[in-house]
Amino acid sequence: MSIQLDQSRDLLRVENLRVAFGPPKQRREVVEGVSFTLAAGRCLAIVGESGSGKSVTARSLVGLTGGDAHVSADALAFEGRSLLGLRDRGWRALRGKGVGFVLQDALVSLDQLRPVGKEIAEGLRLHRWGTRETRRARVVELLTQVGVPEPELRARQLPHELSGGLRQRALIAAAIALDPPLIIADEPTTALDVTVQAQVLDLLAQTKERGTALILISHDLAVVARMADEVAVMRAGEIVERGPASEVLARPRHAYTRALLDAVPSTHSKGTRLSPAPPSPLIREPAPAAAAPVRDGARVPVLEATGLVKRYRGPDGITRTVVDDVSFELAAGETLGVVGESGSGKTTTARIALALTEPDGGQVLLNGGPWTAVPERRRRARRRQIGVVYQDPLSSFDPRWSVERILLDALPEGGYPGAAQRRARIGELLEQVGLEHEHRDRRPLQLSGGQRQRVAIARALAPEPSVIVCDEPVSALDVSIQAQVLDLLTDLQAALGLSYLFISHDLGVIHHMSDRVLVLNDGKVVEQGTADEIFFSPRQPYTQQLLAALPTLAREPRDLAEVG
Amino acid sequence: MSAIQPSPALPVGGPAPSAAVTAAWVRSLRPGVILASLVVLFFVLAAIAPALLAPRDPLAIDLAASLRAPSAGHVLGTDQSGRDVYTRIVHGARQSLLIGVGATALAMAVAIALGFLSGLGGRLVDGLVSRFVEVLFSFPVLMLSLLFVTVFGPSATTEIVAVGISSAPGYARMIRGQVLSVRGSGYVEAARALGHSYPRVIRRHVFPNAMRPLVVVVTLGVGQSIVWAAGLAFLGLGVAPPAPEWGAMLDAGRNYVTHAWWLEIFPGLAIVLFALSVTTIGRYLQQRLEGGPAR
Repeated sequence: MSIQLDQSRDLLRVENLRVAFGPPKQRREVVEGVSFTLAAGRCLAIVGESGSGKSVTARSLVGLTGGDAHVSADALAFEGRSLLGLRDRGWRALRGKGVGFVLQDALVSLDQLRPVGKEIAEGLRLHRWGTRETRRARVVELLTQVGVPEPELRARQLPHELSGGLRQRALIAAAIALDPPLIIADEPTTALDVTVQAQVLDLLAQTKERGTALILISHDLAVVARMADEVAVMRAGEIVERGPASEVLARPRHAYTRALLDAVPSTHSKGTRLSPAPPSPLIREPAPAAAAPVRDGARVPVLEATGLVKRYRGPDGITRTVVDDVSFELAAGETLGVVGESGSGKTTTARIALALTEPDGGQVLLNGGPWTAVPERRRRARRRQIGVVYQDPLSSFDPRWSVERILLDALPEGGYPGAAQRRARIGELLEQVGLEHEHRDRRPLQLSGGQRQRVAIARALAPEPSVIVCDEPVSALDVSIQAQVLDLLTDLQAALGLSYLFISHDLGVIHHMSDRVLVLNDGKVVEQGTADEIFFSPRQPYTQQLLAALPTLAREPRDLAEVG
Repeated sequence: MSAIQPSPALPVGGPAPSAAVTAAWVRSLRPGVILASLVVLFFVLAAIAPALLAPRDPLAIDLAASLRAPSAGHVLGTDQSGRDVYTRIVHGARQSLLIGVGATALAMAVAIALGFLSGLGGRLVDGLVSRFVEVLFSFPVLMLSLLFVTVFGPSATTEIVAVGISSAPGYARMIRGQVLSVRGSGYVEAARALGHSYPRVIRRHVFPNAMRPLVVVVTLGVGQSIVWAAGLAFLGLGVAPPAPEWGAMLDAGRNYVTHAWWLEIFPGLAIVLFALSVTTIGRYLQQRLEGGPAR
């Protein structure tokens, strides 16, 4: 299929697009008058936080908004043809052939019971492309094109037999199968590791170079900076700012865009606040002196791991070493960042530190005393010295309990004799994490993602620990909420003298938060050092590769941006 | 549908809206659920105070008035000995409900014991208990019940034990699954990380959360048990004949079905209506409790 459009003519024109959901009387507008145009070979990025309407906008361009959506627009034209009033049959003809759609989670988007090759061929078949044999050849060609090794073998495999990166490539292969002039990619790299993300982005960039227009939906401003010619920032169903990518990202005009950019933790943001300062100081008490035990006149690390090893026997009978000779020290009041891609052993290391998983070798000392090497009975009383904050706070709360009950349960036994004192302590905890009194009686389900994570932090603080293990604590949050939670953690550390073992796959977050960094790969410590050493002068090739793959935001100096 | 029309009696125990019943609950009630509640209420009342709804004697024989079709004097007709069918259905409610509730309660007690033993006991205990449950499972429910009744002789107690034991394996499996999933949940790990003891975690998290979906299953189970109990009675393995019981009434009416249809239709209708109503309420609870946020 050839594209006969000259660059000046618009491939896609959207004027005053509105999408509402629900029955007529209680209709809820999700997209409120969005307009943009897109020419062939260009990339438009739509950025925004969850609920901004960016995904709904993308879906309404291919008629996938769902049954109870009400879509209207002054103009919605693709290749000069109006898409308004298109019926199912018309949309189906457009999808695949005119517009390729790449979804976020390839494991959910691909049929679990069908080999990926068949899945890709399905689009070709529906549009009556070629014969069975030529389609099979085309699938292999496509998989080769998107950089899948051993394409013939992969085509016969089921989605769950492929890695996340390969699955995402298979989805892209399906989207470009009929060489559509427009590809819409909704968060195509969100679930991927940074090195895989870089490969997938390269692939999309190549497709663009061949003249395909690209609409990229993303919350990740760094990804956007790398790919987009033009950026549209969405908030609450409206485009608040639109312009050339270099302009919008380097010199944002709208306050929301600026706030969004400021919220991104990166090498530049270290030591600064990511979110606007809270109206009142969070912590009123003076910081208690960090009561670190002293050994031989020197302060003992709060957490000290030596030679940790953990092996698991897989279903195939092969034993894998998930954590391989990992040692680290966490000093009082310090943050040790643990970074690595999926499968690097980060979470297992965290679980061993929490003594929730028994190591097969090595041991952890907590505040100078044996921790993983003693039986659980002897650990129990000391568990209050080490807290934990998980990635998904919701599943870490008993669904029947209110916030107050959750926090009551976390108070140390015997620590607060009277009910009134316990209630007062909960009020204090809520205040420390920036929650209101009215949140006491809510269930976690009735709270937003950021509020839930605050409750999780309050719960971790309740027994007055000296260390908190944070396992991907902000990975499920929007960037502005992430900024608030990171700031909160920093404030709490300063006020309470806490130490953090901070685990994340996000290099920006790790650099922002950490004093020292531990880089893990395949269960081994690749490199260890201060955050600046690791990020500015990495010595190991793996670390260098990791950092090179990281898309970055080229920005003007912060102080300049803040003046504007 | 004429079997359950005596609405004059209903205001006696009308659904008193307690403080817990919020406006939202009332608004979400569908007509089917309201109807089902009325039916259940009627039968519960019949079980507690049958004389209130049907003042006649369910055992009084009046041979002169045998096998009368439904009329003003006998709303649902009379049986071969001239006993009033309506009166017998009302008086039979106690027996049927007792068997239904008793059998479900017994099944639950057995299932909770087996399910928790299996879910918490570790690999060896789980293996043993699971195999035992599977053996029980491999017998058809009715056959297992028959076995009990033939060994211990027909009576209401045997019926309860028979139906209860036979339906326990299904529940036991469900509870085991629940226990395992709650045990592996994030909040149980969080509680462990807080240093709470094993018994405390079981008491505070595992038990209540594993039991949560059971509320619904119990309601559904009562209806199911009544149908099974009626089946046993129909086979002559339930309560002895003259006593009013729905399944036994069906059995007795079997011989007259060609010329006295009311002997079969009305007791059958009572069973169907009650089981259906309880199930409707169960489904409604299921949607309310499991669909939305906890209240």
